[in-house]
Amino acid sequence: MGEFKVHRVRFFNYIPSGIRCVAYNNQSNRLAVSRTDGTVEIYNLSANYFQEKFFPGHESRATEALCWAKGQRLFSAGLNGEIIEYDLQALNIKYAVDAFGGPIWSMAVSPHGSQLLVGCEDGSVKLFQITPDKIQFERNFDRQKSRILSLSWHPSGTHVAAGSIDYISVFDVKSGSAVHKMLVDRQYMGVSKRKCIIWGVAFLSDGTVISVDSAGKVQFWDSATGTLVKNHLIANADVQSIAVSDQEDSFVVGTAEGTVFHFQLVSVTSNSSEKQWVRTKPFQHHTHDVRAVAHSPTALISGGTDTHLVIRPLMEKVEVKNYDAALRKITFPHRRLISCSKKRQLLLFQFTHHLELWRLGSTVATGKNGDTLPLSRDADHLLHLKTKGPENIICSCISPCGSWIAYSTTSRFFLYRLNYEHDNISLQRVSKMPAFLRSALQILFSEDSAKLFVASNQGSLHVIRLLEGSFKHLHTFQPQSGTVESMCLLAVSPDGNWLASSGTSAGVHVYNIKHLKLHCTVPSYNFPVTALAIAPNTNNLVIAHSDQQVFEYSIPDKQYTEWSRTIQKQGCYQEAYRPCL
Amino acid sequence: MVAEESVRVVRCGGSELNFRRAVFSADSKYIFCVSGDFVKVHSTATEECVHILQGHRNLVTGIQLNPNNHLQLYSCSFDGTIKLWDYIDGILIKTFTVGHKLHALFTLACAEDSVFVIINKEKPDVFQLFSVKLPKSSSRETEAKELYLVLDYINQSPKCVAFGNEGEYVAAVRDFYLSVYFFKKKTTSRFTLSSSKNKKHAKNNFTCVACHPKEDCIATGHKDGKIRLWRNFDDGKKYTYTCLHWHHDMVMDLAFSVTGTSLLSGGRESVLVEWRDATEKKKEFLPRLGATIEHISVSPAGDLFCTSHSDNKIIIIHRNLEASAVIQGLVKDSNIFTGLMIDPRTKALVLNGKPGHLQFYSLQHDKQLYNLDIIQQEYINDDGLIQIELTKAAFDCCGNWLATVEQRQEKETELELQMKLWMYNKKTQGFVLNTKINMPHEDHITALCFCNAEKFENPTLVTASKDGHFKVWILTDDSDIYKKAVGWTCDFVGSYHKYQATNCCFSEDGSLLAVSFEEIVTIWDSETWELKCTFCQRAGNIRHLCFGRLTCSKYLLGATENGILCCWNLLSCALEWSAKLTIRVMEPDPRSENIAAVSQSSAGSDLFVFKPSEPRPLYIQKNISREEVQWGVFVPRDVPESFTSEAYQWLNRSQFYFLTKSQSLLTFSTKSPEEKLTPTSKQLLAEESLPTTPFYFILGKHRQHQDKKINEALESELVQLPLTENIPAISELLHTPAHVLPSASFLCSKFVNSLLLSKETKSGEEILEDVDMEEEKESGDDSDEERDFTEKTQDTNDTDLGEDIIHQLSKSEEKELRKFRKVDYSWITVL
Repeated sequence: MGEFKVHRVRFFNYIPSGIRCVAYNNQSNRLAVSRTDGTVEIYNLSANYFQEKFFPGHESRATEALCWAKGQRLFSAGLNGEIIEYDLQALNIKYAVDAFGGPIWSMAVSPHGSQLLVGCEDGSVKLFQITPDKIQFERNFDRQKSRILSLSWHPSGTHVAAGSIDYISVFDVKSGSAVHKMLVDRQYMGVSKRKCIIWGVAFLSDGTVISVDSAGKVQFWDSATGTLVKNHLIANADVQSIAVSDQEDSFVVGTAEGTVFHFQLVSVTSNSSEKQWVRTKPFQHHTHDVRAVAHSPTALISGGTDTHLVIRPLMEKVEVKNYDAALRKITFPHRRLISCSKKRQLLLFQFTHHLELWRLGSTVATGKNGDTLPLSRDADHLLHLKTKGPENIICSCISPCGSWIAYSTTSRFFLYRLNYEHDNISLQRVSKMPAFLRSALQILFSEDSAKLFVASNQGSLHVIRLLEGSFKHLHTFQPQSGTVESMCLLAVSPDGNWLASSGTSAGVHVYNIKHLKLHCTVPSYNFPVTALAIAPNTNNLVIAHSDQQVFEYSIPDKQYTEWSRTIQKQGCYQEAYRPCL
Repeated sequence: MVAEESVRVVRCGGSELNFRRAVFSADSKYIFCVSGDFVKVHSTATEECVHILQGHRNLVTGIQLNPNNHLQLYSCSFDGTIKLWDYIDGILIKTFTVGHKLHALFTLACAEDSVFVIINKEKPDVFQLFSVKLPKSSSRETEAKELYLVLDYINQSPKCVAFGNEGEYVAAVRDFYLSVYFFKKKTTSRFTLSSSKNKKHAKNNFTCVACHPKEDCIATGHKDGKIRLWRNFDDGKKYTYTCLHWHHDMVMDLAFSVTGTSLLSGGRESVLVEWRDATEKKKEFLPRLGATIEHISVSPAGDLFCTSHSDNKIIIIHRNLEASAVIQGLVKDSNIFTGLMIDPRTKALVLNGKPGHLQFYSLQHDKQLYNLDIIQQEYINDDGLIQIELTKAAFDCCGNWLATVEQRQEKETELELQMKLWMYNKKTQGFVLNTKINMPHEDHITALCFCNAEKFENPTLVTASKDGHFKVWILTDDSDIYKKAVGWTCDFVGSYHKYQATNCCFSEDGSLLAVSFEEIVTIWDSETWELKCTFCQRAGNIRHLCFGRLTCSKYLLGATENGILCCWNLLSCALEWSAKLTIRVMEPDPRSENIAAVSQSSAGSDLFVFKPSEPRPLYIQKNISREEVQWGVFVPRDVPESFTSEAYQWLNRSQFYFLTKSQSLLTFSTKSPEEKLTPTSKQLLAEESLPTTPFYFILGKHRQHQDKKINEALESELVQLPLTENIPAISELLHTPAHVLPSASFLCSKFVNSLLLSKETKSGEEILEDVDMEEEKESGDDSDEERDFTEKTQDTNDTDLGEDIIHQLSKSEEKELRKFRKVDYSWITVL
């Protein structure tokens, strides 16, 4: 091993945004998470909780509700009043439909997946029909006095419970009329609060409606009679979220105190069939409000203002005690937010709406192994680049020579030329980008900074030659016929001959840049690729997967290397490391 | 009398009431608690002890109601027997001999002929739960030999075993695990909590367990103050639990209410917590219960709870969390610094009680009379905190004055010392602080005594201290112009060659004061405070010092550290005799010349009773206790005994009580335990067991009394009215516990009648009926008040009416009496 100088970069002031909604998809075992900046992320729970896909946020699009329909379509609704469907292949927004009811607070897909309900600011509940390629407004339910904050379908699809302020309504779906109106006690620890907000409702198949509210109560209602059955006061603050398991034998609620409570349906005595809901375990993994919870068959999932996504497995449901049975706290981003220029010792940090360019500090001192060396020149903040428009930055990159910066939002691609004159920098935007360069999922510069590789969201891969202040489009690799899968990861060999690219699920493609053609495809593996790199001299491609496996693939030989094969046989990477990112 | 029987050392009450959970009777009228070898039956309404169930020959370790007959009670003991009692009459019905030391007893309604006991068979720390089949036989004593093992390796405390869901399963906890045995399936599930050394789980130990009466739910208490509610435990893997956390310290006991809607918990905080619906947010508190809650029990009727506390008391609590009665035994959980004393007024035993208090304990009734708060500061229950301690106390001869000394020493050089003098106030019937003296001495006070001679009109107090001085304090007029306030001031300070003063003692007539300075005894004239003479034996520091009494008042006795007992003659100022004896306790009998000395040897403690005039002891009892005897006291008898045997004559006028290191209060008795019992109103209790409907109160009893009354009235016509004590009606009234008295309205007439010198019995038919109806109603409504009222009137009548009516009556009084006679209740016989 060589000698390294390690920089401790403590000036990347990364601020993640809070989690607003989570939606668990039982069919594909995936979890959709929306954050307060409008970003929607999709985690694959089978693949070691890896963030597979993500949809960049938008300033005006605050997501308030998120749900899956038929296991493959993802909808979100927000305070801008629009219902959005996401294209999970191309990783962009398919369409947005205005519900015309003011801000949307809640949304629920019918158990059969054919209908979509939204609850609006004006008290209206709107029913949409989900057609194969779009959604279509069907009708309004009886309009309520105040905003509809929560919605839940009865598993048979005949009734709907809607939580509003101070009361819960039960609608008959056929007629659209309110069958029951259940008033919630405003009293809170003996003091009458102004309002009691029903943050969440859940409709069980036996007709029980469970509500959670701002007075800290979890209440059980009988929807047939509209009466309160049981009341659990569990918190001194709001209870903000609820999620019920598919078997309806347990549910989870999250409170504004950061506590998550688990409720279970247990039999009263061992020899009777009578069952009752009992609060069992509290979990305190959050420091702030738990805004969203989800209940997978084996785990409780919670997220909130403190930005952590916590996956707490249920011990009694876990068969084997392995790595999956441990508590997971997803805190760090799964995407690359930092790029560096080796030549000029520069770091480019990506934030939601701006980029920062820093020069690393340097030292002339030398020391022993493990010593902390004094800095002769402090790290320097060179540039603060704000984006134009309300869209979040998807990706960014600085060239190895440090003279190019590229970044992309959902609708625009930006390329800048940096000029260094002593200590001054000047920035010059390269204008007149070609029409096909609209939006990029990944940007990469070649080692000599002469070429720019851009993975666009249509699955195509553009190669651009960069000249002094201008550029030239060289080639576009079109996706394999029939697939529209987007490429998320790129790696280029240091000699500039090879380019490896990977999507979310299919194998890794290796292109020969000199001849501008596909060289080979690494066979696809069960788990998604988390990182790619090409070794400098041997041109071996190293691939890391989310199940903590590392493969080495020789590009010239078009096969796995000997080392990779022995590693696979021995399986020494099995449980040694955290997921590779 | 029973002079033939030998003198035995007996336990004389003051045993632990809090050793096991108390048990309520089915109607919540009585509460049963273990008390040493006995089981006590108390009334829940009046706190009064109504029965003592005696028969076990060792510590009673468990009591349970017979589930098949709620008028019967099972008890088990270390003596290896299970006894069945009829508690209403206090009769032993049956004895089952098991043969092993029984540590706890459980009964189940569904297991008709068997009970459950905890037995320790082989290893010292391995306890097992057995089911014992009780054979059905008519004989009073049977052997129960059929034992079935239910659970092995459990905790010995009955708090750690609980039966649930009408006997479907039994849960037991020990260390870090909970085991549940299902009777039907005959399987045991075991749930273990992590017990790692790290801080979070270090105090996960289970401390107690309780089962929900209706649901499959087990509540367990833990050392870190958490309560866990276990459910779904019949399926090994799917079990789940909830935590309730309020206690900051160990949960001492748990109990579910009868319906299971609430859970009660208690611990060191002395707060009873009620968890409604077993939820964390709905809890109610009953704070300031005085001491650590050791046990909680719930009445089968559901209207009462009770808590047993570490200071040997039981508090009966209403369902709405209001304490309604306190049964207080001898407080035992503190060090006894003051020794044993007798309050001259109440003849109660006085010693350290609760922290900072003096307790007055009635030996006759085996109950605490009251607590006197000496330190008058809030007691903070915390480990490692150095508390103010009440170290010395003394009464003067007639009980008018009480002197107390309290101290607190945090560091070697920082001594806080305070002496308080309390005056007895007749109005409030209690001691009132009169003088507070800060730092009466520079160093620890070693002895404190009042001058007991009655001829002194000025009470005098002497304190001896390690600082080498003894101080004489006298009562003087305080600087009040009305000359009403009095206070204590220092009159004289004496010392002897800078030796530490270790003991002080007044002679019986008060003329001499003896103060010992380490090895030297000095005699001072109490008139002039002049040093009269000194005695020195060079046999170690003087540990005990006392003057002889009555005919032996010319002798002074001193016991030294090196095991020499010396007797000096004060007339000749010479040593009369000395003996080699290591004396722990030396107490003079106030009623005779006798002096009792307890010596300590390796085999045990021996008692010697002797007169100072002769060195030969009157009586020797070897090995009175295996432990060290710490304190002793002579208690004068109310009625002198008349033992003819020479050996027991010393017990004629007083009784000797002593306290051992393990705080058991013992005495000497010649009587069999049955005779020792104070008579209780057994026949009244039997009546009480009949169904007492309101009609019964109005009619049934009334008739009986009416019949009696007529007879009595006829008899009393002829005779002169006897003394009040001899009238049966009055004595019955005065000696019957208030809760079994009939209602006041007819007691009143009976009472008045019994006092009258009636000449003719005339039925007053002219009385208006409606007046009587009103009275009837009143008696029904607020009978309690009326009872109190009648009691009060009795008190006054005892003293006043008793004399006045017999001798002469004024005219107005005669008129009054005539009126009374008109209000005759004989009309009720017509009913």
